[in-house]
Amino acid sequence: MSDVAIERIQVPEGEAKLETRGLNLHYDNFQALRDVSLRIPARRITALIGPSGCGKSTFLRCFNRMNDLISTARVDGRVLLDGEDIYRRDLDVSELRKRVGMVFQSPNPFPMSIYDNVAYGPRLHGMRERSSLDEIVEKSLRGAALWDEVKDNIRKSALDLSGGQQQRLSIARVLAVEPDVLLMDEPCSALDPTATFRIEELMVDLMEKYTIVIVTHNMYQASRVSQYTGFFLLGELIEYGPTVEIFENPRDQRTDDYVRGRFG
Amino acid sequence: MTALPQLSRKTSQAIAFAILWIVAAAVILPVVAILAVMLLKGGRAIDWHMLTSIDEGLLPAIAGTTLLVVLTAAISAPVGVAAAIYLSEYARASTSVRLIRLAIVNLAGVPSVVYGLFGFALFVTLLQFGRCLLAAACTLAFLVLPLVITASEEALRQVPQRLREASFGLGATRWQTVRRVVLPNALPGIITGMILSIGRAAGETAPILFTGAFISLSKPFPNSPLDPFIALPYKLFVDATEMPGISEATKWGEAVVLVLLVVGLNLAAVLFRARLRRARRW
Amino acid sequence: MRSKVQRGWEWFVSTAIRVSGAMAIVFVILIFIFLLRDAIPVLRTSSVRDLLTGEFWRPTSEPPQFGLLPLLLGSLYVTVGALVISVPLGIGAAAFISEVAPAWVQEILKPAVEMLATIPSVVFGFLGLLLVGPWLAERFNLPLPLFAGLGSLMLGFMAMPTIVSVSEDAIRSVPVALRENSLALGATRWQTIRRIVIPSARSGIIAAVLLGLGRAIGETMTVLMVTGNSAVIPQGLEGFLRPVRTLTATIAGEMGETAYATPHYHALFMIGLILFVITFITNTIADIAVRRSGGLTQ
Repeated sequence: MSDVAIERIQVPEGEAKLETRGLNLHYDNFQALRDVSLRIPARRITALIGPSGCGKSTFLRCFNRMNDLISTARVDGRVLLDGEDIYRRDLDVSELRKRVGMVFQSPNPFPMSIYDNVAYGPRLHGMRERSSLDEIVEKSLRGAALWDEVKDNIRKSALDLSGGQQQRLSIARVLAVEPDVLLMDEPCSALDPTATFRIEELMVDLMEKYTIVIVTHNMYQASRVSQYTGFFLLGELIEYGPTVEIFENPRDQRTDDYVRGRFG
Repeated sequence: MTALPQLSRKTSQAIAFAILWIVAAAVILPVVAILAVMLLKGGRAIDWHMLTSIDEGLLPAIAGTTLLVVLTAAISAPVGVAAAIYLSEYARASTSVRLIRLAIVNLAGVPSVVYGLFGFALFVTLLQFGRCLLAAACTLAFLVLPLVITASEEALRQVPQRLREASFGLGATRWQTVRRVVLPNALPGIITGMILSIGRAAGETAPILFTGAFISLSKPFPNSPLDPFIALPYKLFVDATEMPGISEATKWGEAVVLVLLVVGLNLAAVLFRARLRRARRW
Repeated sequence: MRSKVQRGWEWFVSTAIRVSGAMAIVFVILIFIFLLRDAIPVLRTSSVRDLLTGEFWRPTSEPPQFGLLPLLLGSLYVTVGALVISVPLGIGAAAFISEVAPAWVQEILKPAVEMLATIPSVVFGFLGLLLVGPWLAERFNLPLPLFAGLGSLMLGFMAMPTIVSVSEDAIRSVPVALRENSLALGATRWQTIRRIVIPSARSGIIAAVLLGLGRAIGETMTVLMVTGNSAVIPQGLEGFLRPVRTLTATIAGEMGETAYATPHYHALFMIGLILFVITFITNTIADIAVRRSGGLTQ
């Protein structure tokens, strides 16, 4: 690795839950990620920011191997979860996705009841007993700050919920599989300010138990909720460090330009 | 409760996918095998004599079927294409349009022998055409109508909206736009639809059983549309079930000819349509 | 400015086009009326109960008996058997093509199924009569090479392409996002297909089965040639191994020799009317189901 690259690897306090070393990703001939190396600390919120098309979502999806679904995607370099390479040959991808959960930009509840949506994950992994399912559904809905609002209507269709509620349901759905990591891909971009605020509050609460990585195009959100921030531009990680530093005292001119709104 | 041993999810998936592969094979292998058998058994019998002989060969049947399908296409095209134009260019979403579409779905689903009864009641009897080429063609025209409408509508819808807008913007009326801009561009697709309907009509037997098809050695060719005629699928049916003294090979040969004709027409339509898509000028 | 002649012409053409559009409805009604017209007279000599529950179809006996029960059951047996074959194979093939098959397999399988759909029914009948029937009869020691089950087998393959293409459309229209969400929760592809994709495509799949059903009930030449044409009431599972007679085969087989306006003639039209009504119902329900699944590009 080059000297410049080593300099960019920040070593935050605490253990690194997720790590990439020299990660490159190509779609056929187009290079979407270029030599990205960073370490994501456990039980903190890390934000990934950058203009549209800079690769931050692509990068996020490397951690749960959702990029595998795209046939032209080719990944080189290493991606580590708790020190182990998740791209190794014998890895069971669906088990990986239990440990590394994802919340998408649009809520997309399954066309089933609220209960069945949340119970979907545990049922996949073999949980059958009514009492265990009830327990985990309640626990997850509480964890997503949705329980009080839906506890009387838990058999109703999830499609009847509001946008913000559906997004919290998506979070509950992920919590139900009991992951270590929550990847959130622009989770609030489809929501109104009130719903956004509630989810940001929720994220801060969740940080106690989960490692959270959030992709956002909203810099204010990044500065509000995260402890660490990475700035991407055209597939490269330009700068990465404590959020306070990135926003108030960035070391790269491009970072400074972006956070001050001069482009993007 | 004794529980079955829990299969790992990966194993369940492997088993499920294996079953699906087997299903796919079960669908396609019999087809391939039978086509191979057909060609083997029937291929031997096909020669120039068989195709062109009037007494012992298929010339009357081929001629009769050709006349039939051409007449069918000629009858069904005007109404079918006009209805497609209505649905694509004139209709606004409403209950009556929904009913029209429902009617088309139903016309497509009427059993072919019921079309035969209808054709007999209306064309043969009421309109007194008698059992003839005309009656059979009118009957088949009803049967292929949904196909013509559906294919033509799809072809019309493929024409981009901006061409219509440009025409309207220059002050053209709707019909002028349709006639000068939409139809010419949709014509190849409409022709594809006609080829498909010809392919369909060529293979139908039940609707022509009592509306005009017959077997005759003395009158192999109809002298006018009001004469009965010999048709390939009907001849195949009769030779396979009622006629003694026809060799196995000949029967298989006739079946192969019919399949080649019908599948050939459909294949031609599909390839034509694929070439159209690639050669689009917009 | 447009001349009066031009405007008149424009009006004429658009009216002609609108009328053509409405013709589809007119034609359906027309078919119904003509069937009704020639079917009703049979009720002069046989009551509705006689028709629907009569156990003997003997149009040439003295007096003629027009019991439809053997024919209704014959059609039922053959159709149900056809669905038993075509529904699992059809839905399985549809799931296979859209979710499991690699691209090159799709390229072969889809056109093959489409071409299968175009093969004329007389050819299927021919194959059943000369190839499949005798082979089955020899292999399994059956009394006759013409029987209901043979009709079901051939019809199964004839109805299958319909089921495959309509189901496949329904499966493809399930949003990608739903699949992604399921996979992101740790589901395997098969779990996603089984728990999310197929249930979401349910309406479309039901429509596919109904359309396949309609196709099977209405088939004529195939059943005429392979089911043995014996108007006896089939019994139990054994009935599949014995000859039967379907509604459609009855019309096709007897219409040629029936004199105009005799009770026999009217009875055949009554069968036609019944067939029309059955397929009208199944097609209409299928159409409603398709619209509920979010519509198709048909």
